[in-house]
Amino acid sequence: MATDTHAAGHAADAVSAPGMPQLDFSNWGNQIFWLLITLVVIYFVLSRIALPRIAAVLAERQGTITNDIAAAEELKAKAGEAEEAYNKALLDARAEAQRIVAETKAEIQAELDAATAKADAEIAAKASESEKAIAEIRAGAVESIREVAADTANEIVAALGGKADAKSVTAAVEARMKG
Amino acid sequence: MASEVHGADEGGLVFHPMDQFELKSFFGDGPIGMFTITNATVWMALAVVCIVAMMVFGSSRRAVIPSRAQSIAELAYGFIYKMVEDVAGKDAVKFFPYIMTLFMFIVFANFLGLIPMAFTTTSHFAVTVVLALLVFVTVTAVGFVKNGAKFLALFWVSSAPLALRPVLAVIEIISYFVRPVSHSIRLAGNVMAGHAVIKVFAAFAAALVVNEIPTAVGAIVTPLSILGITALYALEVLVAFIQAYVFAILTCVYLRDALHPSH
Repeated sequence: MATDTHAAGHAADAVSAPGMPQLDFSNWGNQIFWLLITLVVIYFVLSRIALPRIAAVLAERQGTITNDIAAAEELKAKAGEAEEAYNKALLDARAEAQRIVAETKAEIQAELDAATAKADAEIAAKASESEKAIAEIRAGAVESIREVAADTANEIVAALGGKADAKSVTAAVEARMKG
Repeated sequence: MASEVHGADEGGLVFHPMDQFELKSFFGDGPIGMFTITNATVWMALAVVCIVAMMVFGSSRRAVIPSRAQSIAELAYGFIYKMVEDVAGKDAVKFFPYIMTLFMFIVFANFLGLIPMAFTTTSHFAVTVVLALLVFVTVTAVGFVKNGAKFLALFWVSSAPLALRPVLAVIEIISYFVRPVSHSIRLAGNVMAGHAVIKVFAAFAAALVVNEIPTAVGAIVTPLSILGITALYALEVLVAFIQAYVFAILTCVYLRDALHPSH
């Protein structure tokens, strides 16, 4: 089937390689020449430009990822520390507040106690003073009664026409007062 | 033309599955010399352009957060780098640009070849044999430079019984020298076969408009053929990548043998 189709270009090989242009060895030199040039060009483009660049990009990305992960871990640790510090501050503040409350309570109690003691002392002083005054008044009253009683007895005796003996009147009044 | 005559005895259908592989001078119709710019040259150059566009311009922004183009370039880089590291070992990493070159060329040549009317450079044994021989020569040279005469331990299976070792050595040596053959024919054969079969289906797809074929037959054959082309094209997309991958991973395997020849 090939003798007709391949007649133009290469009549010689058409007989030996019916229908298989791959086996037309007269073309091999040409193909091999251009193939080698192609491979050399690809090799240099890849090994000099493309592959180092891609390797650099991949390495950079790996580095970036590693750094980012490290930074994230650091930030996480920092956040943990901050939380801890916050909790500690909170506890401290709470303790301080309790301390202040207790102190203030004690202070107020002390002041209150002092004031109470002072007031008690004043009240006691006033009471004893009053007692004294009452006792004086009572003593005064007893003396007055005695005088009034003696005078009254003298007047009564005089009115009855007697002469009152001062000593016996006094003794009688004394006896009655005790009575 | 003669093909019409030839087409007539095929029942009106015109089969030229291999014409797509024909090497032609790109400018004019002259004979193909050593340095003539051919359709193969042009499609190899396009592969270079695509690789530069993807790997160089794609990564030109050097962004830490990659653009889509840069992601693809990085994906390709990571894919082959990991393969070299995993399969060939950590000390093979200095061959990474070389394996990357092979992989990128094959993968782009395969995919560009899938464009309709394109020329598939990797469908030619001239190309794949050179690629495979480059690997073979490199691997053999690395093996001897790194290990000296110990590299020959690759052929001397020390875990086998002594009596069997010479026999195994012969087998190992044959298999070693068959490597570049299988390495190259696997790639070109896969690509060529797929493209040729698509072309055959394409010829059958014309059944409906060929006068010699009854319309009833054509009405069945044409849709089936178009379906076949679609399915095969999908398969070829898969093959285009897989063959590039297989070529690269086999290179890594051979490289591991060269770096660590003991069984």
